[in-house]
Amino acid sequence: MSAKFSRRRFLGTSAAAAGGLVVGFHVPFASTAAAQQGVATPEINAWVVVKPDDTVVIRIARSEMGQGSLTGLAQLVAEELDCSWAKVTTEYPTPGENFARNRVWGNFSTGGSRGIRDSQAYVRKGGAAARMMLVQAAADGWKVPPSDCTASESVISHKSSGRSTSYGKVAAKAAKLTPPTDVPLKDPKDWKIVGKRLARLDTVDKVTGVQVYGMDLKFPGMLNAAIKDCPVFGGTVKSVDAATALKRKGVKKVVRVGDSAVAVVADTWWHAKTALDALTIEWDEGPNAKASSESFAQALKTGLDAKNAVVGNSVGDALATIAAAPRKIEAVYSYPHQNHATMEVMNATARWTPSRCEVWTPTQNGEAALAATSEAAELPLAKCEVYKQLLGGGFGRRGATDWIRQAVAIAKEMPGTPVKLIWSREEDMTHGRYHPVTQCKLTAALDEQNNVTALHMRISGQSILASVAPDSIKEGKDPVVFQGLNPPGPEASIGYLFPNLLIDHAMRNPHVPPGFWRGVNLNQNTIYLECFIDEVANATGQDPLALRRKLMTSNPKNLAVLNAVTERVGWDKPAPRGVYRGLAQTMGFGSYVAACAEVSVSDSGELKVHRIVAATDSGYAVNPQQIEAQVEGSFAYGLSAALYGECTVKDGRIEQQNFNTYQVLRMNEMPAVETIVMPSGGFWGGVGEPTIAVAAPAVLNAIFAATGKRIRDLPLKNHSLKKA
Amino acid sequence: MTTLNVNGKVLSVDVEPETPLLWVLREQIGLTGTKYGCGVAQCGACTVLIDGVPTRTCLRPVSTVKADEKIVTIEGLSPQGSHPLQKAWIALDVPQCGFCQSGMIMAAAALLASKPNPTDAEIDAAMTNICRCGTYNRVRAAIKVAAQGGDAKRAGLSIQHTDGSTT
Repeated sequence: MSAKFSRRRFLGTSAAAAGGLVVGFHVPFASTAAAQQGVATPEINAWVVVKPDDTVVIRIARSEMGQGSLTGLAQLVAEELDCSWAKVTTEYPTPGENFARNRVWGNFSTGGSRGIRDSQAYVRKGGAAARMMLVQAAADGWKVPPSDCTASESVISHKSSGRSTSYGKVAAKAAKLTPPTDVPLKDPKDWKIVGKRLARLDTVDKVTGVQVYGMDLKFPGMLNAAIKDCPVFGGTVKSVDAATALKRKGVKKVVRVGDSAVAVVADTWWHAKTALDALTIEWDEGPNAKASSESFAQALKTGLDAKNAVVGNSVGDALATIAAAPRKIEAVYSYPHQNHATMEVMNATARWTPSRCEVWTPTQNGEAALAATSEAAELPLAKCEVYKQLLGGGFGRRGATDWIRQAVAIAKEMPGTPVKLIWSREEDMTHGRYHPVTQCKLTAALDEQNNVTALHMRISGQSILASVAPDSIKEGKDPVVFQGLNPPGPEASIGYLFPNLLIDHAMRNPHVPPGFWRGVNLNQNTIYLECFIDEVANATGQDPLALRRKLMTSNPKNLAVLNAVTERVGWDKPAPRGVYRGLAQTMGFGSYVAACAEVSVSDSGELKVHRIVAATDSGYAVNPQQIEAQVEGSFAYGLSAALYGECTVKDGRIEQQNFNTYQVLRMNEMPAVETIVMPSGGFWGGVGEPTIAVAAPAVLNAIFAATGKRIRDLPLKNHSLKKA
Repeated sequence: MTTLNVNGKVLSVDVEPETPLLWVLREQIGLTGTKYGCGVAQCGACTVLIDGVPTRTCLRPVSTVKADEKIVTIEGLSPQGSHPLQKAWIALDVPQCGFCQSGMIMAAAALLASKPNPTDAEIDAAMTNICRCGTYNRVRAAIKVAAQGGDAKRAGLSIQHTDGSTT
């Protein structure tokens, strides 16, 4: 990393200093005047820079955290630009530049599997507009109509005269042209770069140790900080005895951070961390000091039968149908708190002066990070900047800004000195933004022929929005709670048609802060519904696939992924001896997914997940080999949660401190994964998250098939699968 | 002063003897390819080779590493990423976020040095590093590609590289 406190060097070498020019187009929210300010090149464009040597720099506004959208977004721009893929490089614009330029790059937020699907339209237009301007510039030079020219692989040709030129040669002229207003996009059938199994653009440095993560940053004169926040959420620091710590080698300062945390600043992080451990801190643990997972479970249980609940989806009269039904099936499920446990712990480097504050951090939300920096620094946005670093994992955790506020607060105590705050794994594990806890009571009504005539799902539990965006709760309703259970529509709708349906939510919020955890509420909702459908199939003597098909006749896309999976796995043929199968399907983050798990359970209760066949219809598939990587990764993440994932609370604090008590899936437990990528066209869905949700229920249903044991609360480590 | 042999260079560092080797590598020597993940030798992100033995450095006091013991970090594994494992990793696009991959590759390098053609069970036993992105199956495939002569096509991923090759 440069010694200069700026990424201007990066931009400078990539575009301005190299003498290349920037071409582009206007987006509705762009202000040309603002767009010109503070940029070293005579830029009319946001997305594409073409250098004289034909190198194409594509600007990527969304964060890269492993999910591959940096490459996917570049593919979308390059496709419309008709440039040579081999000449593509990428760079991040900063949140500060986006603010200064009236959000010319749109939303920086990278969550909800929205990176590709929410930006594809305008980034493709960015590429197409740039191509039109490059062609126009060449045509002007040849004094021919642009319509007589073609562009391909960064070369513009005029067929009838045989002339040709390269993008790099006409970039300077193109940059001065008025951007086109009518920017048509290619028909997907003509795509040459989108839809291909291209290698990622960011692999090489990750296998040589060259890749710099936020934790690795070094600046001249930089100090390091370690922090301890009150172990009980909502508690405060009563007193700190820093005398011993201050005598230790390398220690510069002991800092109170807000009213709940203490940090040590030292020359090295190891000195800071060991001095922090030597501090004597007295806490006021506050009103939650006696809270426990058991007390949460009791509180949630009261919601299962509470009168007051908010309706998320309702068809007909489910309650009356259930009351009058000749036969009912009922089950109660639950889902625990879980930590994201990114491999790279939370960290940020901040440098504060009375006139400017800069932060370098891995963040999923650059603009929120900038706003948090501004607030914590007590400086206006225009005097702040955030430099996004590649994330060592995100999974939703890095959409928050708590550690950024801490880093700025610490840097404020050391004006002019860059301070790098790194959390310990123990701090990270005990101060997360946890997967919300919920319980769900499901009741199905059956008629004399075993048809499901009504379903009631009563969800009780924690709302993420009530914690992170309370203003968005209208009339007590958190709409995100109903992910995967919504009425028919393009987002997270239920895949089954019931003549009578009621899905409602009784909000119960423990004091443990919840967050968006990869897959979010689709995770537990899909477990509840997909396992319960299995229960109904079993109770009524129906094949789990046959029952699902019967209920999915009005949802052909859901059915198509399920059929693809069951055809590939050979559902109608017996599994290998000792191997049992389980199904799950869902729709969320705009995509349709299904999975079939094949498991065996030994007499002593040892579970082995042999193979999972999974299908994804994301509408379009920008890079199928990366979709496969996301689907595989989703099973690692989802099965980690199913097998081990549980953060329990005792005396108000999270009990699990590290990976020894918060185990995750390792290589020996990773099943073979066969991924079917089946884009049906006409819509754009996400791929980073939906598959997480089918991992657990497919395996739980397979475990039932193998053992007859119905697991209704996770994780599996709390249950014996031993033969009775 | 403590003397260490890191990536073929003899270095002297002024550091307390109980300091974990991980933090000496990262903070005194400046080799940040070796990562802090857990500090309790659970995740393996801090794995380096010490005389060829895969070692989790987050718990290893620097004072217990002898001056003549050869430490190899990801930065010293090969010139320009030319180790067969690094080539296989690139050919199969193994990393996602990449944070755990240094440790994965170092653990795999130690495995192949002792077992040039490991079985799945041997891979399972040697590769206990944590990856939260879930790259495990590609890690396994890349180890096999490296072990079996480097033909990445046999992994069947059909990845198109910018140099025009497909693996």
